[in-house]
Amino acid sequence: MPDTMTVTSQVLEPAADSSLGHLSVRQVNKIYDPHGVHVEALQDCSLEIPAGDFIAVVGPSGCGKSTLLNILAGFDNLTGGQVLLDDEPLATVDHPPRPGPDRVVVFQNGALFPWKTVLQNVVYGLLVQNRMTEPEANEMGMELLAKTGNLDRIAHSYPGQLSSGMQRRVEILRALINNPRILLLDEPFRAMDTVSKTTMHRHLLDIYDQYHKTVFFITHDLDEAIFLADTVVVMTTRPGTIKLRLDVDLPRPRTRETLTSHRFLELKQQAVNAVHEEAKKAFERGERELA
Amino acid sequence: MRHKLLQQRFGLMWLGYLVAIFAWYASVKWLPISSFQRLPDPLTVVIEWFNPDPDYGLSVFTVDYYLHIWYSTYRATASFLLAVILGVPLGIMMGWRARVNEYASALLSILRPIPPLAWVPVAILIFPGSEPAVIFVTFLVAFFATTMNTLLGVRSIDSDYFRAAECLGAKPVDILRDIIIPGALPSIFTGLQIAMGAAWFSLVAGEMIAAQYGLGFMILESYNLVQYPTIVIMMVTLGIVGYVSSALIRVVGNRLMRWREQAIGLAEN
Amino acid sequence: MGQAVSMPGKPSRWRRIKWRGAVSVITFFVLWHAAVVLKLAGFAELPTPIQTLATFFAEYLASPDYWGSWVVSFERVLYGFIIAQILGIPLGLLFGTSPKFRDMFFPVFELLRPIPPLAWVPVSILFWPTNESSIVFITFVGAFFVIVINVFDGVGSIQKEHLWLARSLGATRMTIFRRIMLPSVIPSIAVGMTLGIAITWNVVIAAEMIASDSGLGRMTWEGYVSSTPEVVLIGMISIGLAGYLSSLAVDWLESRMMPWRERR
Repeated sequence: MPDTMTVTSQVLEPAADSSLGHLSVRQVNKIYDPHGVHVEALQDCSLEIPAGDFIAVVGPSGCGKSTLLNILAGFDNLTGGQVLLDDEPLATVDHPPRPGPDRVVVFQNGALFPWKTVLQNVVYGLLVQNRMTEPEANEMGMELLAKTGNLDRIAHSYPGQLSSGMQRRVEILRALINNPRILLLDEPFRAMDTVSKTTMHRHLLDIYDQYHKTVFFITHDLDEAIFLADTVVVMTTRPGTIKLRLDVDLPRPRTRETLTSHRFLELKQQAVNAVHEEAKKAFERGERELA
Repeated sequence: MRHKLLQQRFGLMWLGYLVAIFAWYASVKWLPISSFQRLPDPLTVVIEWFNPDPDYGLSVFTVDYYLHIWYSTYRATASFLLAVILGVPLGIMMGWRARVNEYASALLSILRPIPPLAWVPVAILIFPGSEPAVIFVTFLVAFFATTMNTLLGVRSIDSDYFRAAECLGAKPVDILRDIIIPGALPSIFTGLQIAMGAAWFSLVAGEMIAAQYGLGFMILESYNLVQYPTIVIMMVTLGIVGYVSSALIRVVGNRLMRWREQAIGLAEN
Repeated sequence: MGQAVSMPGKPSRWRRIKWRGAVSVITFFVLWHAAVVLKLAGFAELPTPIQTLATFFAEYLASPDYWGSWVVSFERVLYGFIIAQILGIPLGLLFGTSPKFRDMFFPVFELLRPIPPLAWVPVSILFWPTNESSIVFITFVGAFFVIVINVFDGVGSIQKEHLWLARSLGATRMTIFRRIMLPSVIPSIAVGMTLGIAITWNVVIAAEMIASDSGLGRMTWEGYVSSTPEVVLIGMISIGLAGYLSSLAVDWLESRMMPWRERR
C-alpha cells in the first residue's frame, strides 16, 4: 500500500507535467447486495490513466461512474480485480482502499465546511495531517487563494456567503493544496448554469495547465468532457465497463474556438453515438438511478 | 416606512396585553359566574407582588421570594447541566457509531414512554431524600430530549462532509471535533431549549409532589394556605424564569453558530 | 450517516440489531435484580423484576379496580387532548393568517406558554367546579400550547408559490383557506399531536398524584404512601404502556391523515 503520508509531504508546486498519479484499473468488479438483491455495478472494468492525464468519464445514469470514483477515492471497495496507483496496489479485494490526501475529492453538491471560513477550509488538510504549523499553513493558503484569481479577499468569509461558483473554486483549492497525486471530481459543476460553468471550466483548466495533476472528472455533459479532457471514456450501462475510449487530441490551452472546431465536433459525434446507444439500452431496461 | 410598521406592531402588542389584562380583571370582578369570582384579580396580584410589606409574605421585597426562585433555579440548572454532560456525548456516540446505537436505543425506547413524573415515587424510594429525587426526575426528562436531538443532529449531517474530511486526512478525533460537533450543534441547541422547557415542567411537578421550597412547591402551598394572589405571583415568576433560561440558551447558541447568521443574512438579501 | 458503505458479505443487519439491543435490556434487568438482592443503597426496599411480575399477575391482572384506573386516566387524556386540538388548531390558524391578530395576541400567548401546565393546578381547582374538570383542564393546557405553536409554524411554511398560484387562478380567500392552507398544515398538526400526547400523559400522571383520588398516577402514588413498592413499579410500567399505546394510536391517526407519507 502506498504510504500516503511521505509522498504528499512535498509541497504543491507548479509543474509542466507529472510523474505521479498513474492509475491502473484492472478488471474491476463491484457487486452490491442490498436486501439480497444482486446488483452488478461494475464488471470487468479496465482503464489505464497515465500520470498527469485529464480524464473525463461519461455515461448514462447508473452506469457506475460514481462507483468507480468511490473506489478510487477509498470510500468503497471492489469485489474483484485491482487498482494500482503508481505501480503499487491501491485497492484489492483483501486490502480495501482508504481515503487519503493523495486522492482528494471535490463533491457534486459541494462539501465545504459551512462552519469554517474559506481560509480555514483551504488549510484544513494541511493542519489535520500535521504537515506544518498553523501560521505556515495560513500563509500558504492565502498565497494560493491570491494566486488563483484574487480569492484572498474572501478568505475570511463563510461558504454560505459565497456563490456556488466561488464555493466550487475554493473546494478545488482545498483539494489541490495537499499536493494530491490525483484530483477526483464528481460532477462538480452539475448544478450550475451555463455561464458559471464556462467560467469554472476556465478556472479548472488554468489550474490544470499550472500544476498538471492527474484529474479524474465525472460528468454527463459531453461538451464539458471533451472540452476539458485529454481522454474521454464512455461507460456502458449497468454492469458498467468501458465502452469507448477517445483520445482528445485538441491542442492546449483550450479556447472558445476549440468548442466549435471541426475536430471537436468529430469527437463529439463519436461520443454522442456511444452514449446514445447505452442510454437507449438503459431506458429500455427501465433502470432507476443507482447513485 | 419600516419604522412605522415596527411601531405599529409594537403598539399592537401592548394593546394585546392590555386587552388580556382587562379581560382578566373584568371577568373576575364583574362576571356573575362564581368560578371566575374565586380567582384573584390582576390589581390585587400586582399590589401584593410589589408590596414592601406583603399580606402573604412574598413579594419582590421579601427575601423568601428570592429563596424560592433560587431553589427552583438551582435544581433546574443542576439537572439540565447533568443532562447535557451525559446526553450530548451519548447522543453523539449513538449517531456516529452504529454499535453504540444498537446497544442503547433498545433500552432507551423502553424507558422513554414512561412519563418522567411516573418516576417520582420510585426515585423517592431509591434516592436518599426528596431533593435528589426531584433532581433525578428533572434530569431524566432533559436527558431524553438532549440525547434524541443530538442523535438526530449527528444523523442529519450530510455524509459528504465526512468523506471530504477523510480525504483530507482527518482522523476520528478530527472528525469529531471538526465535523460532528459543529454539524450537530444546531440540532443540539434546539434540543437544549426543549430540554430546558421540559426540565422546568418536570421540576414544578416534582416540587409540588415532593419538595420543600421552590416555585412549584410554593404554588401548591399558597393554595393550601388560601393565599391566592401569591399563586399567580409564583406562576408569573415561573413563566419569566423559564423564558429567560430558554432565551439564554438561544443566545449562547447563536454566538457559537455565527456562521449560520451570516449565511441566512445573505439569503434574506 | 458518515460511515463508508457496508462491505459485502456481512450478515444481515436485522439480526445484529436485535442481538445487541437485547443484551442491554437484559443487562438492565439483571442489574436491577442484583441491586435489590444485594441490598444496595436505596434499592433495598424495591421488589425484583420477578416479584413485580408475580404481584402483577396475582393481584392486578384480574382486578377491575386496576383496569378502572386505566379507563379513568385514559378518559382524562382523551378529553384534554381532543379539546386542545379543537381549540388549538383554529387558534394556530388564526395566528398564522391574520397579522393583526398575531401582533396583538401572540405576545400574550408567548407569556403564558413558559408556565408549566402543572403550575395551573391551584388556579384550575379554584376555577372549575368539579375535580374531574380541573384535571382535564390541566391536561388541556399541556397539549394546547404545543398544537398552537406547531400549527402556527405550519402556516408559516406553506410555500408562497402555492398561494400565489391559487390567487392567480382566481381563487377566493375561502377557497384558498380550505383547499391549500388546511391540507398544508396537516403535517404540522400531526407533529403537534405526537408531541402533545406525550406531554398530556406526563401531565395527567402528575395531576393525579397531586390532586386526585383515581387513575394510574394516583395508584402509583398510593403504592408509595402505603409502602407497597411493587404497586409503584406496576403503576410505572402500566403508565408507560398506556403512554406507548396512545402514541401508537396517534401514529395510526397520522398515517390516515397523511397517506402519502412514506412508512418510516
